[in-house]
Amino acid sequence: MDLTYEWDWEYAWEILPDLLDGLWITIQATFFGIILAMILGLAFAILRRSEVRAISWPTAWVIEFIRSTPLLVQLFMLFYVLPHYGIRIDAFTTGVLALGIHYATYTSEVYRSGIEGVPRGQWEASTALNLSTMTTWSRVILPQAIPVVIPSLGNYLVAMFKEVPLLAFITVFDVLGEGKAACTRNFQCVEPYTLVGVLFLIVSIPSSILVRQLEVRLARQP
Amino acid sequence: MPDNPEPNHDEPSNSRSAILERSAEPDAPARTASRLAVAAGDELEGSGVRFSGVTKRFGDLTVLDQLDMEVAPGEKMVIIGPSGSGKTTILRVLMTLERPEAGTVEVGGEQLYHEERNGQLVKASEKHVRQVRRKISMVFQHFNLFPHMTALDNVSFGPRKVLGLSKDEANERAARLLEVVGLGDKFGEHPARLSGGQKQRVAIARALAMEPEVMLFDEVTSALDPELVGEVLNVLRDLAENTTMTMLLVTHEMGFAREIGDRVVMFDGGRVVEQGPPTQIFGDPQEQRTRDFLRAVLDRE
Repeated sequence: MDLTYEWDWEYAWEILPDLLDGLWITIQATFFGIILAMILGLAFAILRRSEVRAISWPTAWVIEFIRSTPLLVQLFMLFYVLPHYGIRIDAFTTGVLALGIHYATYTSEVYRSGIEGVPRGQWEASTALNLSTMTTWSRVILPQAIPVVIPSLGNYLVAMFKEVPLLAFITVFDVLGEGKAACTRNFQCVEPYTLVGVLFLIVSIPSSILVRQLEVRLARQP
Repeated sequence: MPDNPEPNHDEPSNSRSAILERSAEPDAPARTASRLAVAAGDELEGSGVRFSGVTKRFGDLTVLDQLDMEVAPGEKMVIIGPSGSGKTTILRVLMTLERPEAGTVEVGGEQLYHEERNGQLVKASEKHVRQVRRKISMVFQHFNLFPHMTALDNVSFGPRKVLGLSKDEANERAARLLEVVGLGDKFGEHPARLSGGQKQRVAIARALAMEPEVMLFDEVTSALDPELVGEVLNVLRDLAENTTMTMLLVTHEMGFAREIGDRVVMFDGGRVVEQGPPTQIFGDPQEQRTRDFLRAVLDRE
């Protein structure tokens, strides 16, 4: 059995532009996805702390529900079920929505730990100054809670980036989708998939290093 | 580390006499107001406070047991007692940091936790609580300054956000208050770079900036290094002697309590054990519980 494989540089070079297009889609999906996850996660975290049970309990249940089902199932739900109810959104937006909602349940936990890390005295001082709930959150609590959790959010950014290929299941041509297309078009799969892997590495590793440096820098602060 | 709070001024320190001298001009009115008192809004009348049947429980523990207590407008009331006696809870209930299970609290003749609707006393809306709470300010044992803001912003934040002052007005008020508590050179510092005594003086300025009618001081020197206690007590003494604000102070500083209190209340087991003028409580306590407590505290000193 011959295990050697003749790597085809010319072929690799030929498919690279398509793969880079795909990578750009992947990066965009990650970018919008994490922004949605960060906003929605913060909303989840704040609503879950509400003293009104009619708000905090449903929020807790929604979070639990989303976290207990696979992202792929959620993708299919949004993509194939929503149109039955007259909601039509394109595949890319659907993918971003699914990523954002799914990861919001994780980022909400991150925010929660950051919020709980703010001493109770800060809430009490806010009450003593008669600050509104809005001002207390936006000017006192969150400015102290968020800087601490930025590295953890960064970790989820990298994690999300690696999950974007799932979007290929709903016809989004991300980097993996492009690789798969090249593979089926030319019956030559080693080059595209290898390149896809390499492209992921090229983006992921520096991002992870950046996040870790951020962690170290924040830890050094008083 | 000794503070030198006002190196830019001629005065060597912010001792009580220094604060008073600055304003004690020959043609000053008979009741000489200190600069601190003026900056704190001396014209404000203090409000009275009345607790009626206030009960507060934490689980099985009854911290306040049907408390009835009245504080006259402008009165400086010192609350003493062993730890766990509920004395801090009185302040916390008044500041709405703890909600009582039963009873009513009145501030300046207005119900704090209740409001009248159709002639009946019902649970107050948040809006009502907020409105009555405006009259009250509090200084905490652990300062609770906002660590991400400068000293000046800590003080000007409340007036800007709650009292609706413009940024300039609020900053001016904050600067004035920081000056008189001897922190004129610390406007731009963040709390992390201030000593405990300096932090507590910023906290006092922050509370004063809200122009309260009732001010609560919860063991404000307990977390301080011994050599920094004096600078904070000086500010408190000035406020006690020269403002008409109602003040409730929980403290372990017995000498200070004797000096500034109009009335001393001995608290234990969620109840008032004994109360009276300082001379009586410290000189001739009637209750055994008070005698035991004072002996234990004064022996330690």
